[in-house]
Amino acid sequence: MDTYSLLRQIADSWVLLAMTVFFLGVIVWAFRPGSRSTHADTAQIPFRNDDAPTSGEPK
Amino acid sequence: MQNYIKLIALALIALAAAIGANWARDLAYQVHAVLIMLIAAGLFIWVLRQTDEPVPQVTATGYMDDVVRAGVIATGFWGVVGFLVGTYIAFQLAFPALNFDWAQPYGNFGRLRPLHTSAVIFAFGGNALIMSSFYIVQRTCAARLWGGNLAWFVFWGYNLFIVLAATGYLLGATQSKEYAEPEWYVDIWLTLVWVAFLAVFMGTLIKRRERHIYVANWFLLSFIVTVAMLHVINNLSLPVSIFGSRSVQLFAGVQDAMTQWWYGHNAVGFFLTAGFLGMMYYFVPKQAGRPIYSYKLSIIHFWALIFLYIWAGPHHLHYTALPDWASTLGMVFSIILWMPSWGGMINGLMTLQGAWDKLRTDPIIRMMVISLAFYGMSTFEGPMMSIRAVNSLSHYTDWTIGHVHSGALGWNGMITFAALYFLTPRLWGRAQMHSMAAINWHFWLATIGIILYAASMWVTGIMEGLMWREVDDQGFLVNAFADTVSAKFPMYIVRGLGGVLYLTGGVIMAWNMWMTIRGGVRVTAPVPAASVVAE
Repeated sequence: MDTYSLLRQIADSWVLLAMTVFFLGVIVWAFRPGSRSTHADTAQIPFRNDDAPTSGEPK
Repeated sequence: MQNYIKLIALALIALAAAIGANWARDLAYQVHAVLIMLIAAGLFIWVLRQTDEPVPQVTATGYMDDVVRAGVIATGFWGVVGFLVGTYIAFQLAFPALNFDWAQPYGNFGRLRPLHTSAVIFAFGGNALIMSSFYIVQRTCAARLWGGNLAWFVFWGYNLFIVLAATGYLLGATQSKEYAEPEWYVDIWLTLVWVAFLAVFMGTLIKRRERHIYVANWFLLSFIVTVAMLHVINNLSLPVSIFGSRSVQLFAGVQDAMTQWWYGHNAVGFFLTAGFLGMMYYFVPKQAGRPIYSYKLSIIHFWALIFLYIWAGPHHLHYTALPDWASTLGMVFSIILWMPSWGGMINGLMTLQGAWDKLRTDPIIRMMVISLAFYGMSTFEGPMMSIRAVNSLSHYTDWTIGHVHSGALGWNGMITFAALYFLTPRLWGRAQMHSMAAINWHFWLATIGIILYAASMWVTGIMEGLMWREVDDQGFLVNAFADTVSAKFPMYIVRGLGGVLYLTGGVIMAWNMWMTIRGGVRVTAPVPAASVVAE
């Protein structure tokens, strides 16, 4: 089998499956239990540390 | 010690450039070699004067905002230059006499057109992206930029790239790839600068003091990484001579065309969309004073955009030598892309939920909203035009030009203006922009300018497409190409007027920025978030 056909076959079988599963996994992960408070906190990041870097430990 | 290494390196660069200038095979290469020689020599003297002098101890603890300030000024400057060239070439199309004989070949439409596209996309848009990613990544990571003066290298290196690209076009150095015109040595230089940009951005992300990486940084990082990949692969070429600007592409025929439009469409997708979405996800919440409407939606928006955009390129090559399956793939992914695009637009607009009254009082918010509206409009128009049947009418006509400009002037331009109006008072310690009325003027001039531009291009594009395909009862084409050219004349005038309005808005903005930076007393109290303009 020539390289093109081989790569083409891998691309439209396993790689396609892997990418689809990854994408669906991201969506499931975004809606996981407990994500609400994390996301609410992350969404507030632009409203902190406007003027100077923080020297403390990561929140 | 470090200065001695720098001096040796700069001397070698100046010498190599001098040799290059002497042996240059074409004018563009020679001018560039002289330019690089002068810059290296100037830097040599500058470093020499500092060598063995006592080094002042600088405590670098706060945010590194000097480079952002320089970026804000460069963005404003290149914006006005790009709009000016664009308006001029719009009138060149209406009045070919403006291709003055005495200015040939430098002032020809064919050479000014890439100057315009690169000036607005890479100079105006690129400086806007670099300066706002430096601003955003520091604030959202609560950390100073990584790499010290490397950020300055990115700024000056990128602007040198723009000067090399722009002068190259005028002097006739181009590899004829749309939006990737610069020749091989300019491409190599941009690659170096871009790697430094990635290092500064990643370094800052790694030393962040927030546990999570805010979504704006995801978009900005994807923009940096993807543009690096696109740029390197699309510019694989072999120089004809080390002392000349000509090069030969490694890909040929339809492979080259596919690589070019894989690059071209993802330049739209990751430079003009993902990067600017990064700006949107920071500046819109800041200016509205409320967090993004749905953080979950922003995550899905990000991943959907990343997974879909990269496949959409083949829709530029319908009815060509490209296999049907490839152009169908591009078309299908373009249509699917409509959904995440609108998800992002809704996320931005809904951030204003409960604060819609700000539309009346805050012209900056108004610019952001119109920008998102144009984002939504052009991301609907784009998928529609990628459908093969629609494309058979729209391709090669002015409809495409109108579509590009409603995206570029509406979405990219307006969000950048809003970012500049947001940043200028904050970076120079002013309470607000010098003139709020001028922002209002800018808003209306730009909006009416875009409407004139887009509307005239729809009319002329569809008219021209219909004229090209019109056949009589014998099956002969009814119109010659020149018939469409003369029929388009009135619309070309309207388009030029739209450009004049947009340019006028840009000049007003430059004046407003100048007055804000120059005038007034510095306020010492920190500027409260988002309450600056709500007088």
